[in-house]
Amino acid sequence: MNVLISEPAKLPVLDIGSSQGGVARLGDAWQDLRAFFPLWRLCWTLGWLDIKLRYRGSMLGPLWLTLSTAVMVGSMGFLYAALFHMDLHDYLPFLALSIVLWNFVSGMVGEACTTFTGAEGMIRSVRMPFLLYAARVVLRNLLILGHNIVVIVVVDALLQTGPGAVAWLALPAFLLWILVALALSVLLGALCARFRDIPPIVASVMQMAFFVSAVIWRPEQLGAQEWVLNFNPFFTMFEIVRGPLLGIVPSQDVYVSAFVSSGVILLSTVVLFARTRGRIAFWV
Amino acid sequence: MTAEIVADHVNLDFPLYHGSARSLKKVVFKQLSGRMGADSRSRVVVQALRDISFRLQPGDRLGLVGSNGAGKTTLLRLLAGIYEPLSGRVRVAGSMNALLDPNLGMNTELTGRENIMLRGLYHGLDAPAIRRLADDVAEFADLGDFLDLPVRIYSSGMVVRLGFALATAIRPQVLLMDEWFLAGDANFMEKARARLEDMVRGADILVLSTHAEHVIRQWCTRVIWLDGGRVRADGTPDDVLARYLARDQA
Repeated sequence: MNVLISEPAKLPVLDIGSSQGGVARLGDAWQDLRAFFPLWRLCWTLGWLDIKLRYRGSMLGPLWLTLSTAVMVGSMGFLYAALFHMDLHDYLPFLALSIVLWNFVSGMVGEACTTFTGAEGMIRSVRMPFLLYAARVVLRNLLILGHNIVVIVVVDALLQTGPGAVAWLALPAFLLWILVALALSVLLGALCARFRDIPPIVASVMQMAFFVSAVIWRPEQLGAQEWVLNFNPFFTMFEIVRGPLLGIVPSQDVYVSAFVSSGVILLSTVVLFARTRGRIAFWV
Repeated sequence: MTAEIVADHVNLDFPLYHGSARSLKKVVFKQLSGRMGADSRSRVVVQALRDISFRLQPGDRLGLVGSNGAGKTTLLRLLAGIYEPLSGRVRVAGSMNALLDPNLGMNTELTGRENIMLRGLYHGLDAPAIRRLADDVAEFADLGDFLDLPVRIYSSGMVVRLGFALATAIRPQVLLMDEWFLAGDANFMEKARARLEDMVRGADILVLSTHAEHVIRQWCTRVIWLDGGRVRADGTPDDVLARYLARDQA
């Protein structure tokens, strides 16, 4: 019989104890992060299989994602252009971009709630770094976004519009999004595993955020009250990616607000994860 | 460095979250209202393991006995690194395979082949090793064309064969095994038994939780009797089994 795991070059050692004190707990959290990197192939496979499974047996497969987004953008575009008395040529590319990006944001936040509860079976049967589960959720949503980007490209090509060189500013902002998305998957994943009434709260907050964060309307439409938006972290986080892709450089206030919000999320994630990492297996 | 397991004064509490303990509102209001504040730590906690210490070296085969709820599976999960101790320390050196749940990571919506690939990735195997794993499992489980169909449509016998083949395909230095794995061993084919025994013999250290006396006598060199999360007896199989089996008369 063939032996599949031969003697490894370096003996793996599992050493766990009850770490008391913040520094030791931070060290454990850091170990979790380091243990994650060799598993990126597993993570990629899990994320991709999630998408494949969702559409297995359907004729179009993941193209349903693209199609349903296209239908949504098309129908909302005509409706709101008429309601707001806006030029469709101008409004449709704006809406396509906003809807696709917002679908990513709200899908990401919504699924972050089930990062750990959704992986209950795995968490209880094998030791894996918890970041693996977070990265899987982020990857799954990035793959969905990848399918939806087609809608933006098609709309832009049909109407012959495009953002120009300013769009490159969206790239570092998007990398920040991925980092914050990972953090949120851990943060909300742990909180929602412990307190089961948080997911519905998150869902209703995201619904409200959709309407108040200038997703389907333009910030300029607020006129003199536009500054209010800078206090809406949903808007500023959203605008640092969307703005450049529309050819607009976001104002300094928008950037400051977005960085402060990201910082708060990242910091609270580090603190919460260090404190609760050892308890998550009991919570799911 | 050789394989080794050290448990050093391990305590583990199992918090039970049910009903109102899961409610954010209840917890927040408890924190806010002074009168209820004293109540806030009174969640239900099971003292799953108390002051467990032992050390295993290559060649050791440890059997865990005890009634249901004595902490056998919890101790295996602790050694596997799934649960972390409340106090004390656990150290496990060596590659490990924990057969705790027959469906470990098995997703019934995925095909047999996809499940094999995932298992290989869990264990950090590279692509050629995963191909060998797939060949080995396919040959043993004898699923033929079913390997490319979702596990959901398998007969229960096929699921058992696949699960068993997968679990025994990866040879660790430290093998942790829960009793389910032996529960049906009368039904297993002769080659399944040979394969399992081969893996057990190949492992440097075995920790096995079971109710079956004959399994302990066949495989174990040491037995720990767990009772209410504590070590009640620790010694040779003959010694401990004699006391364990006589417990009802005492």
